[in-house]
Amino acid sequence: MVEFLTSTVGLSGWLAWTIAAVVSAVLVLNVIAGGALAFIWAERKVSARIQDRLGPTRTGGRFGWLQSVADGIKLLAKEDLMPQGADGLLFRLAPYVSFCASFCAFIALPFAFDVVGQRLNVAVFFVVAVLGLEVFGVILAGYASASKWSLFGAMREAAQVVSYEVPLGMCVVVPVMIAGTMDMVTIAEKQAGWFWNWYIFHDPFTFVIFWVYVTCAVASVNRAPFDLAEAESELVAGFHTEYSGLRWSYFFMAEYGSMFLVSAMAAVLFLGGWNGPVPLASLAGLSAGTGDTAPYVVRLLGLANLVAKASLGVIVMMWIRWTLPRLRIDQVMATCLKYCTPIAAVMFAGAMLWKIALPGGLVPGLSRPGGEIREGWLPGPGGAAIPGESTRDGSLARVTP
Amino acid sequence: MTQLMGDDPRIVEFDVRTDEMLVNMGPQHPSTHGVLRLVLRTDGEIVSEVEPHIGYLHRCAEKIGENLTHRQWIPYTDRMDYLAAMNMNLGWALAVEKLMKYEVSQKARHLRVLITELGRIASHLVGMGAYGLDLGTFSPFLYAFRERERILDLFEEACGARLTYSYITIGGLTADLPPGWLQRCEAFLDQFEPIIAEYHALLTTNAIFVKRTAGIGVLSRDMAIEYGCSGPVLRGSGVDQDLRRDGEAIYTAMYDGYAFEVAVQKNGHYPRDHQYPAVPADAVLGDCWHRFFVRMLEVVQSMDLARQAIDRYASCKGTIGEPLKLTEKMPAGDAYLETECPKGQMGFYVVSDGSAIPWRVRARSSSFSNLAVAPELCRGCLIADVPAIVGSLDIVMGEIDR
Amino acid sequence: MRGTSFLDQFREAVPGAVVGENLTAVDPWVEVVPAKIAEACRWLAKASPVRFDSLQCITAVDWFEPDAKKAAKNTWQPHTELVYHLWSTPAKVSLVLKCELPRWQGDVPGELPELPSVTGVWRGADWHEREVYDLSGVRFTGHPDLRRILCPEDWEGHPLRKDYEQPLDYHGIRGK
Repeated sequence: MVEFLTSTVGLSGWLAWTIAAVVSAVLVLNVIAGGALAFIWAERKVSARIQDRLGPTRTGGRFGWLQSVADGIKLLAKEDLMPQGADGLLFRLAPYVSFCASFCAFIALPFAFDVVGQRLNVAVFFVVAVLGLEVFGVILAGYASASKWSLFGAMREAAQVVSYEVPLGMCVVVPVMIAGTMDMVTIAEKQAGWFWNWYIFHDPFTFVIFWVYVTCAVASVNRAPFDLAEAESELVAGFHTEYSGLRWSYFFMAEYGSMFLVSAMAAVLFLGGWNGPVPLASLAGLSAGTGDTAPYVVRLLGLANLVAKASLGVIVMMWIRWTLPRLRIDQVMATCLKYCTPIAAVMFAGAMLWKIALPGGLVPGLSRPGGEIREGWLPGPGGAAIPGESTRDGSLARVTP
Repeated sequence: MTQLMGDDPRIVEFDVRTDEMLVNMGPQHPSTHGVLRLVLRTDGEIVSEVEPHIGYLHRCAEKIGENLTHRQWIPYTDRMDYLAAMNMNLGWALAVEKLMKYEVSQKARHLRVLITELGRIASHLVGMGAYGLDLGTFSPFLYAFRERERILDLFEEACGARLTYSYITIGGLTADLPPGWLQRCEAFLDQFEPIIAEYHALLTTNAIFVKRTAGIGVLSRDMAIEYGCSGPVLRGSGVDQDLRRDGEAIYTAMYDGYAFEVAVQKNGHYPRDHQYPAVPADAVLGDCWHRFFVRMLEVVQSMDLARQAIDRYASCKGTIGEPLKLTEKMPAGDAYLETECPKGQMGFYVVSDGSAIPWRVRARSSSFSNLAVAPELCRGCLIADVPAIVGSLDIVMGEIDR
Repeated sequence: MRGTSFLDQFREAVPGAVVGENLTAVDPWVEVVPAKIAEACRWLAKASPVRFDSLQCITAVDWFEPDAKKAAKNTWQPHTELVYHLWSTPAKVSLVLKCELPRWQGDVPGELPELPSVTGVWRGADWHEREVYDLSGVRFTGHPDLRRILCPEDWEGHPLRKDYEQPLDYHGIRGK
């Protein structure tokens, strides 16, 4: 895009960069906001089906598809309350911190081949690190609310999220180690082909660690049965007890954003990213790198694949939430420290040994991406960079010639 | 605080000790079952002391009863345990009938059994669903309400009300059943029976549910008796007592000829326990899990009793008879009667000076005594256990505060 | 509990406690001297052949007629009657104890009548005694924490007394 702006439109460099950044940011922001609306609606419908109800049926004509918008309007119109003893600045700041953390992490998330806000060579690291910042918003909210329940929620969140970062990090490292890069685009590229190329089927250790990742991911985004920070039966509403209206909805959006993000991460790291179970595009002879329309078709297909996988992950989280009771804080911590961390560590070691012993994956030869996609063919941060090529120009929907 | 904790093995000792914090749980808290206020003295997540404050729903129903005739007070009993209003009606009606030495017709007797057992199912369904809610799972609550709704539909057909029935009254019932009601009731029971397995799958045997309830809030047998606990709370502690079998003659006569086994663990076994999920290894007699499980067993037991009552009622000739007049005079004297309500033993005491208006009425609330034991159970538990323990006592504030 | 033999044992074990009984009433009852109630209950709960291990209910009945005309027809003298309903879990039998107290201690209006608390016998008596204190105005000596339980702490009067008058105003909330 920067190239297009500088060479075709003829803008100066800094202006082109700014415009490109703004466009990317707006797109990502809309993905989160639109995604959150869609997922809130989905949560209503999914929970309703699970609970033998109908859920919203009227708003917007059919299926209540406008329900989230109506909720949004209601939230906008709500009185913005702040408790008397609250720390005003921090109280107001907290939702934005939470939301920003969730939003920033999306920048490095690839939606399809090269459809990424900013391609980073440390994308995995970036996403995990930035997602971890979300806890600051929660702690600030809990501290600044001047409510004991909020404080309890914040302290629980702090303990829980910080603990779960450890096994989560270990789970994330395994695909990174197999792929040999932290660039999420390359990691996904390496899983191209049939579904047995996905890293979840790479070896038994990755299969196990995928489920550890699922557990830790659910815990790190505070969804049931790990939603201790907002446990409504114990802590009223936990850290957002004192929030109302738009500020509260920022927490909500951050939560749904994070849910989608960890699901998309799971898709990219373990489930082949934007590569479908069947390599439709390569079977049809389409390639992301050649032709006029083919790159767009491939990318659209990839986008659909990734969004479907991530949405499935979110729906599974909803399913879990509406089925299981909540764990107690000590049990949550025990799950992390006694089960997730050791299992993740063992699996990490196992995957490492497997990588040395059987570099080709579970069935040697099968798991290597066949065809044209190979490690490092793509110029960019993850692959073998072509000397002199800028490492910053992997902008949104850039078509590589 | 160290003094408080003593050598209680339930209490986890930590090296780090933070400042004590007083937290108000309620009266506006999602899981205090109404307007109960618990003042928690906490050290981090650990609760060192719980003090219940009650009375937010106090209406002084007993004073109201001194100004109304016996039958006029029936609607006030509805509003005590509003989740099992039929059973409340029965308790008061039987207490007055005991004083008047009045005996209702056989048909009315069987209808009373049928209605109160359905009321028990409805109450236990709410208890079960709300307990799921206390532990953070929402769906069982709605599943429970789905079935309860059908019981309420049946009640509505019989007496016109869905919550405060005033159906069972002194001298019988206000009306007989409409035609076709028994078939609909049987249809409901047939449809409901297989659903109980779902509840067991969602809650009783769920690993997280077991982790949250087994071994939590252990109420010893002696403590349960000393505090006057009753109902599933008492039976959950292994005390073999059910007033339907052990109560006073006027009450047990109602259940005369009915076959049922008291849902209590004897020699490590619940009655007919091969039909139900096994008791988890972590569960200790008297803990939250057992209290919950007793309720689940009683649902099945009540269904069985309701089926028996349907047959008996259908085979009775004649009518249910007329209830007593509003102004029917009571003999001077007093009578106290406890009945086995879903929440426990609900006692009504009536003192009469010979007129139709009682001199004094008294409601001995089962939830009142059951809640009184909560501070003992909650000492040294975690904050998350407080709703789990209070929820397992299955209290209704309308009955506690009267 | 029916039968006189048990009553004889009771009389023997706690001398001077039993002052009357009615074994033909709907619920047969035994009248106990207020001062000896705790002692009597301890024997009934811990040492008697039928262990009355559970206290079900304590009721205070206020025998008082505010209307002087009607009061003149009454055969009884104004008094407060405490009724204890005891239950034996092993034997599945109940026992009713009654205590007659003056309406006011020493007949001084405002001075609540007193009798020993039975919280030492059954811990469950705690809340029941608090309720009786709150609603009927009977003071239990030796109770660990005798406060109002159902009414607010600053409530005035004891609502279940027959001469109770509802306050016209409570913190700005209009009564009556």
